[in-house]
Parts: sequence; C-alpha cells; structure tokens
Amino acid sequence: MNNKKYKRLTKKYLPRKLNIKNLLYAFVSGGLLGLLGQVLIKVYSMAPTISNIEAGNLMMVTLIFLASLFTGLGFFDNLIDLFKAGIIIPITGFAHSTTSSAMEYRKEGLTSGIGANIFKLSGSVILYGIVSAYLFGIIRYVFFGG
Amino acid sequence: MTIKFDNIYIKDKAVGGGPFIKDGPIKKYLNFKYEDFLDGENSYEECEIKELERVINIIRERNNIDLVISSDLSNQLMISNVANRRIGLPYLGLYNACASFCEEIIVASSLLKNRNIKNVLITTSSHNLTSERNFRYPTEYGSLKKDYQTFTVTSQTGMLLSKEKTNLKIECATIGRVIDYGIKDSNDMGSVMAPACAYTLYEHLKDTNRTIEDYDLILTGDLGKYGKEIFKELVLEEYGIKLNNYDDTACLIYNKEDNRVLAGGSGISCMPTYFLTKVIDRFNKKEIKNVLLLATGALFNTTLVNHKMAIPSICHAVSVVRE
Repeated sequence: MNNKKYKRLTKKYLPRKLNIKNLLYAFVSGGLLGLLGQVLIKVYSMAPTISNIEAGNLMMVTLIFLASLFTGLGFFDNLIDLFKAGIIIPITGFAHSTTSSAMEYRKEGLTSGIGANIFKLSGSVILYGIVSAYLFGIIRYVFFGG
Repeated sequence: MTIKFDNIYIKDKAVGGGPFIKDGPIKKYLNFKYEDFLDGENSYEECEIKELERVINIIRERNNIDLVISSDLSNQLMISNVANRRIGLPYLGLYNACASFCEEIIVASSLLKNRNIKNVLITTSSHNLTSERNFRYPTEYGSLKKDYQTFTVTSQTGMLLSKEKTNLKIECATIGRVIDYGIKDSNDMGSVMAPACAYTLYEHLKDTNRTIEDYDLILTGDLGKYGKEIFKELVLEEYGIKLNNYDDTACLIYNKEDNRVLAGGSGISCMPTYFLTKVIDRFNKKEIKNVLLLATGALFNTTLVNHKMAIPSICHAVSVVRE
C-alpha cells in the first residue's frame, strides 16, 4: 500500500465531524466576554480622570489579570475545555498561554526557566503583532497621510 | 526476524497506578495506587521517579534481581536513570517509545541465556503530565484536543523474567522494522503505528507458520479507538489477515464512558499495565492459553515533528504461553 492510499484509508476512520455544540459555546462565551469588556470600559470611564482610551486599556489589563489568576489557580484550562475558541481568541487566551508557560518552567530558575520560556507559546503573537503594526502603520502613513 | 526462547518465564510482577488508572477497569489488580499527579512531590518528574522506585522495591523484596532494564518517555530516560541510581542494581536503559515493553522482553530473554544472569527485572514508566510537557504543551495550558488524540497512561510496571520454571512462558518474539507511511500528525499516533504493527504481525505469522486462530488473544499496544479500526482494515487489505480475538489495550485501560481520555490510553506503560493485571489474571483463571503482544511505538521527538518529517514507527511481537 502506498502512502496516498494509506492516507485515504486513515481518513475513512478518523472523526471529522463539525461540532455544532463547540461553535455555539464559543459564540456565546466569546460574546459574553466581549460584553464583559464593554461593561468594564463603561464602568472605568465613569471615573472623571479616566478617558475612554484609558478605560479600554484598563479593561484589557483587567482581563489579562483575571485570565492569569485563573490559570494560576488551575482552572482556566477547564474553562477552555468547555468554551474553546470563545476564550482563546480574545486577550484571555494570550494571557493564559503566557502564564502557563511561566508556571511550567518556574522550577528551572528565573533566568533560564521563566525568562527564556515565558513567551514560548505567545511569542509569535507578540512578534507578528509588532511586525504587522509597523507594516500597517507605514501603509497608513504613505497612503492616508498618517 | 523471529527468535525462539526455551526457558524464559514470568516470575513476578508489580503495577502501580495513578489518576484515571486507579479508577479504571483494572483497579483491583494494582499493587498500589496514588491519588494525584504529584503524590506529595514537588514536580511531576519526581513523582514518576518515586513510583517507579516503589515498583522496583516491591519486586526486590521478594526476589533476587541480577539486572534491571528500564524504559520511560522522558528525554534521555531521565526517570529510569534517576530511579536506578537510587536502586543501585546493574542497569540498562532502552527506548523504543511505546514498543519498549516488548523490546525489553526480547533483550532480557536474550541476556538470560548467559549462565550468570538468573533474574532480569524489566520496568516501564509513564506519566500523563511529564509526557504532555515533553511532547506537547505546558501542563496548565488548555490546548484544544482532537478526538483522535490519546491520553498518556499514568502508571509504573515491573515484570521479573527468570529461568526458574513458572506457569507463564515467553515463547518467542519477532523484532520489527522501522516503518513510516508518510503520516506527519503527531496527534494521530494510531495511523502512524498501524502499518508497523500490521507488518510485524504478518512477519510473525509467516516466520512461525501460524495463523490468527493459533492465538487465544492478540493485543496491540496503544493504537487507540480509531487506530484499531485502521489497523484491522490494513491487515485485511495488505496481508489478507482477518482479525478475531483481537483488542487494543488503549481501548481497555480506561473506563469506556470517560470522554476525557479521548481515543484511549497510550504511553510505554499502557500495554504492560493491562497485560500484567487483567491478562495475567485471565491466564491464571485458565480462560486463555496463549497471547500475542504487539507493542507499537511512534519514534518521534519534537524536533522531528517541528521539521515536518514523516513519523517513523516500530512494533515488536512477543508470544506468551501458559504451561
């Protein structure tokens, strides 16, 4: 049996179903997380010294903090099992992957453990986030005048 | 390549099980259980080392051991190395991934032909979270799992092989070849290992002039729920062998209704844990007379997977007979 034929054979048995339940859970949980973010912005911007932009930043810091805290307490991975992409795609997923890496390598020391490995999973988000920010910044500057 | 053995017997065994195993269908046969993945230690690795030592000590208290052969899934056999440093007996470390159990039987049985080696202990160890860290993601990371992924068994086993006659004999063994059919997905271990398994089964039957009906039970290692079906169809199409009396230990080691274990068990300890508990029990109850063990291993590390190379696999067969 050649590789192609074998691949076809394995495809026949491997599960491929589209999981409607997962989609629904992710849709609802992602939406609720968005709602929570919006509520936080509204609450923060009620303070007279905080502008709308600052309130948005504070909202993100709050979500990052909560996701990291729940990861540290050990139940955020169970939430992901339930809600899947709904809480992985928002900034909570980024915070979770960073914190879980830090926890994993804590035993290997502050520099060669946490320092070297904390962005093991989330490093590409940071790198390509910065690269694309530059790229789109240049495009905006050149074509739309900044 | 098939080797015959004349006077190699299974003299003693010990099995310790952790989470999921201790509640599974084989729980009543375990020598000891531990409640969680740390069992009072600081790291998962230290926990695994401790449990492996416990297994070796149980057998050591009852028997003389001339040599220990160990295998586990950590990088460079860290678990076996540290446990054996504390045990302090002559030691060999072997690695063929999850095919190691049969590999160890083959090496131990061959070494037992020496006059001054009388008892050889072979051990296996796997731990769900140390393998998760070694092969996949950080343990706290909630990665999205595929339905066909397997769930590494947390258990440690020891089996003492001896020239002293008992009722269970290692009769012959077939050494497999490294095979790949171009599968690159490290989550899909069943598809990776099924071809090696089919090949070794075919070679074994050809070398020994036997048919499937000559065995009361044929057990594969850890192909999983989907790999098992792929294997069945592959041996039928490729070699014209129709399997009956066949099962896969990955599908038997956990509770069937538990969907957290996805496609079933895997890991070095998966097959020996089931074999040394349930199968030995069936031997002793005289329900079966001979068993063919097909331990399958996917021979990859993270570098190979990240370089997107096809994953090689191997399978060794061992036939065990009740006398």
